[in-house]
Amino acid sequence: MALSNVVETPASGFNFENVSRNVALEGLLEGGHTKAPKPMKTGTTIAGVVCKDGVVLGADTRATSGEVVADKMCAKIHYISPNMYCCGAGTAADTEKTTDLLSSNLTIFSMNSGRNPRVVMAVNILQDMLFRYRGQIGASLILGGVDCTGNHLYTVGPYGSIDKVPYLAMGSGDLAALGILEDRFKPNMELEEAKELVRDAIHSGIMSDLGSGNNIDICVITKQGVDYIRPYQESEYKDKRQRRYKYRPGTTSILTEKIVPLELEVVQETVQRMDTA
Amino acid sequence: MAAYMSAGRSANAFSTHDFVPEWAQEEVSTGTTIMAVEFDGGVVIGADSRTTTGAYIANRVTDKLTPIHDHIFCCRSGSAADTQAVADAVTYQLGFHSIELDEPPLVQTAANLFQQMCYRYREELMAGIIVAGWDKRRGGQVYTVPMGGMIVRQPVSVGGSGSSYIYGFMDSNYKPGMTKEECLHFCTQALALAMERDGSSGGVARLAAITEEGLERRVVLGHQLPKFSNT
Repeated sequence: MALSNVVETPASGFNFENVSRNVALEGLLEGGHTKAPKPMKTGTTIAGVVCKDGVVLGADTRATSGEVVADKMCAKIHYISPNMYCCGAGTAADTEKTTDLLSSNLTIFSMNSGRNPRVVMAVNILQDMLFRYRGQIGASLILGGVDCTGNHLYTVGPYGSIDKVPYLAMGSGDLAALGILEDRFKPNMELEEAKELVRDAIHSGIMSDLGSGNNIDICVITKQGVDYIRPYQESEYKDKRQRRYKYRPGTTSILTEKIVPLELEVVQETVQRMDTA
Repeated sequence: MAAYMSAGRSANAFSTHDFVPEWAQEEVSTGTTIMAVEFDGGVVIGADSRTTTGAYIANRVTDKLTPIHDHIFCCRSGSAADTQAVADAVTYQLGFHSIELDEPPLVQTAANLFQQMCYRYREELMAGIIVAGWDKRRGGQVYTVPMGGMIVRQPVSVGGSGSSYIYGFMDSNYKPGMTKEECLHFCTQALALAMERDGSSGGVARLAAITEEGLERRVVLGHQLPKFSNT
């Protein structure tokens, strides 16, 4: 309504163009011996806690594609606005794009209205979009932020349901993380205590879940600003690369070189004046 | 692929290697107990606080009593996403209608707005709603809009998965002409009984009393709920 969008909200009905494209591709690949690549899912542990001075979000950094770890240093805490960050679990592409879209729309809103967006606004936009797609967008998000009305933490499910809670864990490792949170969460905690709690929750998710692992990222949002600590803690199981896999320029010798200039001529030139008054 | 996640209720389209647990692929549902009672001068509404995704409790302190207008509430049961979306849409429509009329809306209007939406989209939605409130014309009213989009006004109504266990209690213990405190007590007991027997209901009991003066909310924590069994 009053919100201008980067991308026009599609007309009524759903757009399943990509589904038919995928089915066609599957058909082509079935003939050969290759399989379509599985979508990258962030089998994940993400957690969030509201404390006295702000909100603390945490996430692991492993992204899996089937049984393979596709990305060991994946960033799951996405920027939404200067006062809001969002952790995403589910299909990696879906969480990336959804949060990107939200961030763009809120930036436009900020410029139009001259205000910092409120967390509840971001949540409503997310809910609208995910509900419209009836669960086809596999994104489970934890949205945390600080605005003029206080410190807030929300979860948005893939079907478009929202819950407002003081502490939260999502992803495949959430049962382990939630155990830690249920045990040690207290309302109005100090910042350092909250950071340790979130770290411990993510750590327990990493230890108990195959889909979570590697490093721990922490994002602290307060009225004063944001402290995105990446990584907050590195995994003790890092291995060292055997050799350098970057090649110096000149490693491949150039045998011959042929330069062909393209001859272009100006066919038509038009000048359009821009009215900037 | 995105296509496999369609209509979350489809069976195991995921391999055993996927790191999204099965229950996370299910839709979030408020398997629930909700109820509403009329009394002279207003209504009392109550609900449990459990939201489940499959066998996992996604939120154990949910608030299923959603304000639609100053003196009109709705109790939500069914799919969390569907009921939140419908409640948001009706809140907007009712607010707009109230501004046009320049007076507080009728409970009957709110109930009919719910009914129209639930009936039109009956195939797509999974939403069982009880609309309750107070207005100047008819006082306290309770309208139930179950799945499918029926609407009927009843003096007392229960809904949700836990309601099956308390129809007997409701029929035998409801008396017309109860006071507000008696209604609150009646609701607390009914919710406690349902939460005891229904796996999808639990947590705390949330109650609210809506009268001409306004709204009064109460929470009965788990350990404070009345106990009925001796074991």
